[in-house]
Amino acid sequence: MTINTVTRHIREGGKSIFRNGWMSIASISSIVISLFILGVFILLSFNLNTLTKQIDSQVQIRVFLQLNTTKEQMELLQTDIGNMAEVSKVTPISKAEGMKLLQQSLGEDGKELLKGYTEKTNPLPDSMTVDVYNPDTVPMVAKKIQALNDTNSEKPIWQVKYGKGTVEKLFKITEAIRNGGLILVAGLAVTAMFLIANTIKVTIMARQREIGIMKLVGATNSFIRWPFFIEGMLIGLLGSVITLGILFVGYHQLILVSQNGMQFIQLIPLQELWLLLTGLLVVLGVLIGVWGSTLSIRKFLKV
Amino acid sequence: MIEMQDVWKTYTDGSHALRGVSVRIEKDEFVYLVGPSGAGKSTFMKLIYREEVPTKGQISVNGFNIGKLKHRKIPFVRRNIGVIFQDFRLLPKMTVYENVAFAMEVIEAPKKVIKRRVPEVLELVGLKHKVNSLPAQLSGGEQQRIAIARAIVNNPSVIVADEPTGNLDPETSWGIMKLLEEINYRGTTIVMATHNKDIVNTIRRRVIAIEHGHIVRDVVRGDYGYDN
Repeated sequence: MTINTVTRHIREGGKSIFRNGWMSIASISSIVISLFILGVFILLSFNLNTLTKQIDSQVQIRVFLQLNTTKEQMELLQTDIGNMAEVSKVTPISKAEGMKLLQQSLGEDGKELLKGYTEKTNPLPDSMTVDVYNPDTVPMVAKKIQALNDTNSEKPIWQVKYGKGTVEKLFKITEAIRNGGLILVAGLAVTAMFLIANTIKVTIMARQREIGIMKLVGATNSFIRWPFFIEGMLIGLLGSVITLGILFVGYHQLILVSQNGMQFIQLIPLQELWLLLTGLLVVLGVLIGVWGSTLSIRKFLKV
Repeated sequence: MIEMQDVWKTYTDGSHALRGVSVRIEKDEFVYLVGPSGAGKSTFMKLIYREEVPTKGQISVNGFNIGKLKHRKIPFVRRNIGVIFQDFRLLPKMTVYENVAFAMEVIEAPKKVIKRRVPEVLELVGLKHKVNSLPAQLSGGEQQRIAIARAIVNNPSVIVADEPTGNLDPETSWGIMKLLEEINYRGTTIVMATHNKDIVNTIRRRVIAIEHGHIVRDVVRGDYGYDN
């Protein structure tokens, strides 16, 4: 194929997108919708993954002691737990410190709420937070700590708590979103493909005469096919570029909002995601476009 | 050179368009195809440019066995055959120049060659001054000249013309015939189906008459032979 031919095919393919007007808009929109939803799901699952990992690494064990536990008992427990191979750090939190932390986490309202409690009436137990090296060992270490009660007649441990199930739940949610998203996106992609096939069909019908003359004067089949192929590709490409624009602007806004209001959620910065997202959506958009045009060419062009 | 040997064409509805046609048309010949409507003239021509394939028998055009041609080879055989229709079949949105250039573009001729060749054929058909007109701005005769220019622009060795004067008034028809004669004189085989008695009887050439799918007459300098 000569350069002239290539530019001719691209020009012809581009022209018919404009000529088909509303049909092209419908096809592009359907691609935008399916790719947009795919993009949202991708961003969501990436962020959920990171969030899960963050939470995973923050999983601590909290050990609450009986109210009547003595200081010696507490120190003993602290050494016992600290000696476990899996444990990286043990931090004792006295009831007074516990009250302070509670007040902090409740903010301004908390001051009012907790005003009545003095040092004497503080209802909180002494506690400890235990960090482990590997988050997987959390349930096992929690059991081991609970078991310390068995060898101690005082039974100083009231409760051992950890984020049981939170991590697992998050993983499950991520997976469900991913699967549901994939099915939805696949369905939408097929719809988009059929709309494109229809648009190309309209082009082919509108060009029956032209195609007839092309055949008559000896144009090769591939020469006749190319412009329709390119039309499908361009529709896919346009659709994916529009989608990327929407996604990037929207995600950027979301990052701005989250920085102002919801500091507890850290969104992955766009710089780390845009390349992957662009590659994926452009390839998918073009594939859907080509798929749709191939379908039409085979059925209606009979070259 | 076109050669048919016992060619049959039966359409899917069971109608026999051609029944055992054998004929040989030499290079440089000018052949009129006459006969009543529906006798098989159009099928005869469609077989030449491989719009249809014979049900039985063999056709060769320029040495290619048309019936057995592989699909991807068809375009290359067609480049050697120019086709002209009664209804011109020009592209309405393209200018005269573009209509003719189109036939060269689609066979991927170099731009330089197109730029040189298109004015050349437009000059031959006498419409060089109308390069930028649209077909709708031209008379029927002028449109047919453009169609002829498009048919010959790639230098085919055979021209197949299906009633090229069918839509034109007598005076214009003579102009088109003069042009076809000129093209024939330059060495292109012409096969022309026609119902125009005056033309056949005045410009005397080989006449092949087809009736009910048979060749009933084949005369070197024949006459039209029907009264209509």
